[in-house]
Amino acid sequence: MRRRDPIGGRPLLLGTTLVLVAAVVILPLASLVLALHGTTPATFAGAVLTPRALAALRLTVGSALGASIVDVFAGLYVAWVLARYRFPGRAALDALIDIPFALPPSVTGIALAVLYGAHGAFGAWLEAHGWHVANTQLGIVVALTFVAFPFVVRTVQEPLAQLPAAFSEAAASLGAGEWTTFWRVTLPLLGPALLTAFTLALARTLGEYGSVIFIAGNIPGRTEIAPLLIVTRLEEYDYAGAAAIAVVLLAVSFAMLLAINGFQRRMTLARTTL
Amino acid sequence: MSIVLAGVAKSHGPVRALSDIDVTIERNTLVALLGPSGCGKSTLLRIIAGFDHADAGLIRIDGSDVSNVPARKRGIGFVAQHYALFPHMTVAQNVGFALDVRGTQREQTARRVAELLALVRLDGYGARLPRELSGGQRQRVALARALAAEPSILLLDEPFAALDLHVRRELRAWLRELHERTHVTTILVTHDADEAMELADRIVLLEDGRIVQTGTPSELYAAPQTPFAMRFFGNANLLQGADHLAVYVRPHEFVVDDRPFAGSLPGVVRRVAALGWRVALDVYTDDGQTVNAEISDVEAQRLEPRPGSRIFLSPRHAHSFAAAS
Repeated sequence: MRRRDPIGGRPLLLGTTLVLVAAVVILPLASLVLALHGTTPATFAGAVLTPRALAALRLTVGSALGASIVDVFAGLYVAWVLARYRFPGRAALDALIDIPFALPPSVTGIALAVLYGAHGAFGAWLEAHGWHVANTQLGIVVALTFVAFPFVVRTVQEPLAQLPAAFSEAAASLGAGEWTTFWRVTLPLLGPALLTAFTLALARTLGEYGSVIFIAGNIPGRTEIAPLLIVTRLEEYDYAGAAAIAVVLLAVSFAMLLAINGFQRRMTLARTTL
Repeated sequence: MSIVLAGVAKSHGPVRALSDIDVTIERNTLVALLGPSGCGKSTLLRIIAGFDHADAGLIRIDGSDVSNVPARKRGIGFVAQHYALFPHMTVAQNVGFALDVRGTQREQTARRVAELLALVRLDGYGARLPRELSGGQRQRVALARALAAEPSILLLDEPFAALDLHVRRELRAWLRELHERTHVTTILVTHDADEAMELADRIVLLEDGRIVQTGTPSELYAAPQTPFAMRFFGNANLLQGADHLAVYVRPHEFVVDDRPFAGSLPGVVRRVAALGWRVALDVYTDDGQTVNAEISDVEAQRLEPRPGSRIFLSPRHAHSFAAAS
């Protein structure tokens, strides 16, 4: 005998959920792999193992990792200030953080290009001091950092606000100074949230296109990101070539997300908050 | 170490949390800050610990004013209500935290942690995580962790509130024993009068942010100075007294009989509740008062009270207060 579901509606809800996930996530991914149809290992390698494609992939992954790491530190810092202190203009600052969420990537791209360009207000000053931002990898990292920043702040802010003061008070009464308390108590307790924030930032930055291409200069082999190369290949009607690079990018991001997830699960298991 | 609080006051915004707190806590004693929730007892404990600042007044530990000394330099051990064990550290790492922070050598820390775990009867639990322990065990780890810093003063905020009744009883006896052995000056915050009476050498009773009465448990029980103090240590009946006097009688302090006797109040039994070795009676007196009286089970066998029975009672002992309070 089948037991009756006390709440009801389970088969229907489960079914529609599966269909939704399939349509939104699985179908596009599957079609990407299908686009490789007719590609032989030789042509696949020919598309991916070119110096230009390899440089683009390396640049994309490296810049995304760099920007995500910068964002984790900067985001934690800002979230800390917002969670711990009350000051005039706090609400406005809090609202400002969401702007990268709201801006269309191309608007972000143009704004950054104007600001950091060799003739831009900030760019000219930086150039004078020997810092080249526009048309370099640094420019790409700057754009990615901007774009992913709110993910980190918003992910860390809430757990930080919820962290009971009793932990830092206990540390203080045991003789720990503020830095010791931060490194040995607060930071480890925020570990899972910081890792989630890092994952979100990484996922966002790996595929970022619009905000990057204006500041990057897009010099093949040097400042050309993988998503742009995919677009270029498509414009050349080289669908198999585009799909090959896309599949590699997909595999790399998938592998990184899986690794972080596994690490996070281990960490969360050990640190379930009491 | 002795603690002197002089004129301590604290407000949370417009709310007066504490006013005119003057207390002296002698060295090596165990003192209970007792009162209902919201009376300011936890705030007072946090001020002594250095987590909160008083708006006015002085806090002296062994003669020196610590008002501007940060929490980590006061040499005070604090056990929070929910223990605040670091969830990402093992029991041994939690207990050794204070030693680690000071840069004590690893072997020495390990030895001290083992001693402390033995003291709180948790030998062999060092490698566990806090979430793998029961509530009572966590409580003991928190105590061991606080003691590791060799504090001159130990503060306990409602240490047993989150525990089952039988664990609580066991831990109370254990805590008293621990105090006899370590003699660390200890302040305990509780809302439970029984707990305060069982554990403390002296009780500081608080109401609405003020000290109502200070004394030994038996002094507070036998000679309460206000109706509040009277009622806080067990039930009390308010009887109609002479002019401007409020007369309180504890339920067990009635002489009860089934025949009238000199000075007795006649009444009718409304309800009988057998509570084991004592039996509680709700009596409606002929002059219109409802009185709660308690008699022993032996008395109850003799009188056989039932709802509707005629009964006569008279206070054996009464506490009178000026009716103004």
